[in-house]
Amino acid sequence: MKIAIINYGYGNLHSVAKAFEKANFDFNLNSNIEVTNNPSKIENADKIVLPGVGSFLDCSTAIKQIDGVYDAMQENIIHKKNKFMGICVGMQLLADIGYENQECNGFGWLPGSVEKIQVSPEYKIPHMGWNEVNAIESPLFKGISNNSDFYFVHSYHFKTAKENIVASTIYSSEITAAVQKDNIFGTQFHPEKSHNNGQLLIKNFIDW
Amino acid sequence: MLKKRIIPCLDVNNGRVVKGVNFIDLVDAGDPVEQAKLYGAEGADELCFLDITASSDNRQMLLDNVQKTAENCFIPLTVGGGVRVIGDIKNLLHAGADKVSINTAAVTNRKFVSEAAEKYGTSTIVIAVDAKKTTDNTWEVFTHGGRNATGINVIDYCQEVESLGAGEILLTSMDKDGTKSGFDINLLKNITSKLNVPVIASGGVGTLEHFAEGIIEGGASSVLAASVFHFGEFKIKDVKRYLADKNIPVRI
Repeated sequence: MKIAIINYGYGNLHSVAKAFEKANFDFNLNSNIEVTNNPSKIENADKIVLPGVGSFLDCSTAIKQIDGVYDAMQENIIHKKNKFMGICVGMQLLADIGYENQECNGFGWLPGSVEKIQVSPEYKIPHMGWNEVNAIESPLFKGISNNSDFYFVHSYHFKTAKENIVASTIYSSEITAAVQKDNIFGTQFHPEKSHNNGQLLIKNFIDW
Repeated sequence: MLKKRIIPCLDVNNGRVVKGVNFIDLVDAGDPVEQAKLYGAEGADELCFLDITASSDNRQMLLDNVQKTAENCFIPLTVGGGVRVIGDIKNLLHAGADKVSINTAAVTNRKFVSEAAEKYGTSTIVIAVDAKKTTDNTWEVFTHGGRNATGINVIDYCQEVESLGAGEILLTSMDKDGTKSGFDINLLKNITSKLNVPVIASGGVGTLEHFAEGIIEGGASSVLAASVFHFGEFKIKDVKRYLADKNIPVRI
């Protein structure tokens, strides 16, 4: 199985790739993991991972600036319906629109918007650190006990319909921790930085 | 509930950990990769790398080390020491750092903070502040590893860098650092009560009680320590168990 991790100059590619390679090796999964911005490789991959660190606007702009990358993703994920995983801003980009710094269109693959987290005054922003993730039954959270800790770092969050939310966390109020609709999956937290729980989740995605 | 973070800090000089954990089971105690693996397995919530190399010639060695460490470190990694220009941040992030800590360069050029935050996101930029007490309720910012006084008030400075886009403050009390007599709680309280971003408490930890004080009384989101971990006085899990008994939320 070929897994393409999309390289668009943003995101902690190196960490994501290493975490996937480790899970692949430790769980004997035999997949082939490649970091790439080559449209034909992206189009022909069996699964796609989109990391993301930085602002919604910068990430969205950067992807669309590389010739053919967005189209190849669309072909692979929307038409072929191959499995997709977005991480942090890579998940937020699924939304119709984001409001970080300035209004900016997302991919529009999952209806919703990315808005600043609203918290009561005693809560710090960014939401930074390990928080408990409450997941519904999903193949992606298989073997991960409920309320396990994952590492978050963000100031904006994805507001989408309840039926798209597969996991949430509490930070002053409820925050989307993971979304899934059909073949499209995404996490607000960073599985690549969530030690053993993150490794299990990555294994589940490779197995999915 | 969001957990309070326990962060061990490694001092790295010329690619070698100079203040590292003294565990006999480590093949090479000076190897940052070995240290990172060990701390990750022990339950550290993040890892902090401080490059104390004086010469800039060795910058590439740091990058190689960050890269090798990041490959073996599946928890967040913050790297600091000698970060002066945007290119330094880019190189460190590219090598696998998750956050970059800026100290002196933020004091001498505030614009650097806003540029860095704009380019790489506020949550990537940690501002490290070395604070020295001047009167009962005032502290002064020091730079260049604590050698140079600046005349800048710490509270004003922290508020300023927060408004410029700092995502986190790493606050070290120079008066307490190395004393093992506990954090400067008054300093911590003054900063955590006035800022909206998380504050990492640093400088002075000597006992388990000190960790709890920094969090409960000082209002810190995380606690950073070096020597108590390096010299094996406490293991990460001892600290967490102690904090959990005090009803402080920690990841166990």
